[in-house]
Amino acid sequence: MKVLKFAGFGLLLAVAAAGCAVEPWVKPYERDHIADPIMSFDRDPVSSAYIHHVYEAREGARGATGSAGGGCGCN
Amino acid sequence: MLRCPAIRPLGQLALIAFSLLSNTAVAGVLPEDRADVLYHSYDGGGVTIDGPSILVRKQFAGKFSASANYYIDNVSSASIDVVTTASPYEEERTQYSLGLDYLRDRWMLNLGFASSTENDFDAETFSIGVSQDLFGDLTTVSLGYSLGDDIVTRRGDASFSDTIKRQHYRVGLSQILTQNLVLGFSFETITDEGFLNNPYRSVRYLDDSSPAGYSYEPEIYPRTRTSDAAAIRLRYYLPYRAALHWEYRTYTDTWDIVSDTFEMGYTHPLGDGFTIEARVRGYAQGSAEFYRDLFPYERYANFIARDKELSNFSSTTLRLGVSYEILGDGWRFIERGSVNFVWDHIFFDYKDFRDLRPSGLAPGTEPLYGFDADVVQIFVSFWL
Repeated sequence: MKVLKFAGFGLLLAVAAAGCAVEPWVKPYERDHIADPIMSFDRDPVSSAYIHHVYEAREGARGATGSAGGGCGCN
Repeated sequence: MLRCPAIRPLGQLALIAFSLLSNTAVAGVLPEDRADVLYHSYDGGGVTIDGPSILVRKQFAGKFSASANYYIDNVSSASIDVVTTASPYEEERTQYSLGLDYLRDRWMLNLGFASSTENDFDAETFSIGVSQDLFGDLTTVSLGYSLGDDIVTRRGDASFSDTIKRQHYRVGLSQILTQNLVLGFSFETITDEGFLNNPYRSVRYLDDSSPAGYSYEPEIYPRTRTSDAAAIRLRYYLPYRAALHWEYRTYTDTWDIVSDTFEMGYTHPLGDGFTIEARVRGYAQGSAEFYRDLFPYERYANFIARDKELSNFSSTTLRLGVSYEILGDGWRFIERGSVNFVWDHIFFDYKDFRDLRPSGLAPGTEPLYGFDADVVQIFVSFWL
């Protein structure tokens, strides 16, 4: 699992290292589809938190079930 | 009277609660003001669990968003474990959670606290997270940490009390790839230390002196566990306003459990305010190193378990959901709302956990266990 750890942090570092030099390739005015509520990874948090609990109580696996980024910090 | 909880205690739920209270949009925008009232119901394998979950979130002072959640599980259990080794029981689990987001320019700070209580398990969890938008808001990177302290007791045994310390470390990435495609990546390491087994559960071992051919002794788990999970998600916007969802998660831990989770979904607004959702989820795991359905003799090893959640099994979930928008023109302080119904049907198929209810069979030749569960959610949401 160390490989996964390094991959995760490596990806993070690569993103950070790229810094502000990257020109946004999807302009703000081109994001109407992305902003549509049906594109949200977590449209109804009260519902997704519940179903994660249902699975976590009955499965050996745990973690990395939340939507990524956006200050979610979720498990 | 011996009890045997059919599901794990609420320790994990307290940690999951943080995800519920945290912003899942983008770091540079506070989450929407919103109130949700949900009724949940689980029915499967002789276990019924239902109750409410109420979530309220509100911005203030332009830079903050506060949230609060109240959650209850009413449990009535006559599960396979209870039927074969204990007595049916009923209990209630209650949880309160509070969260606070602070937005400053392109980064956001999240703080969370959750407390859950049941008659033999108390859990408190503190969480902190930070996220940052990069590259013209195409990328959001997040880091998170949670610390949980649990107290485990055993009903009918006033002398027993132990603790668990849980720590979660999270990294997340959300990336807009094209005008129609967004990617999510998350990685999480969890470490547990303390009394990790269920205080009511038993293993069985071959015993010629017993009429059934086997006897029971209490489970013994290691006092530490560390797990790693990584997940990748994609969401794609179709040309006719619908969304496809794809997700994969890999998992491993120091108990030698390895699992894979795969999920696909489709979301389609129908017009007239209706949106439907269909989803399929597959899960498969290998057993813990110290799990066995039947041990060859008493005290076979230092660590012994017969918890089916640690066994080799797979499950498949089929979901149907429908949402209907209401109050489109607003009403008083409510901007809009929705009424939602979500139904999940789960098939559990155990590869190394036997059903001990049939009698007269030689130990180890009983049929393998499996069951179906229905999970229903009905909730209303209001945007304020």
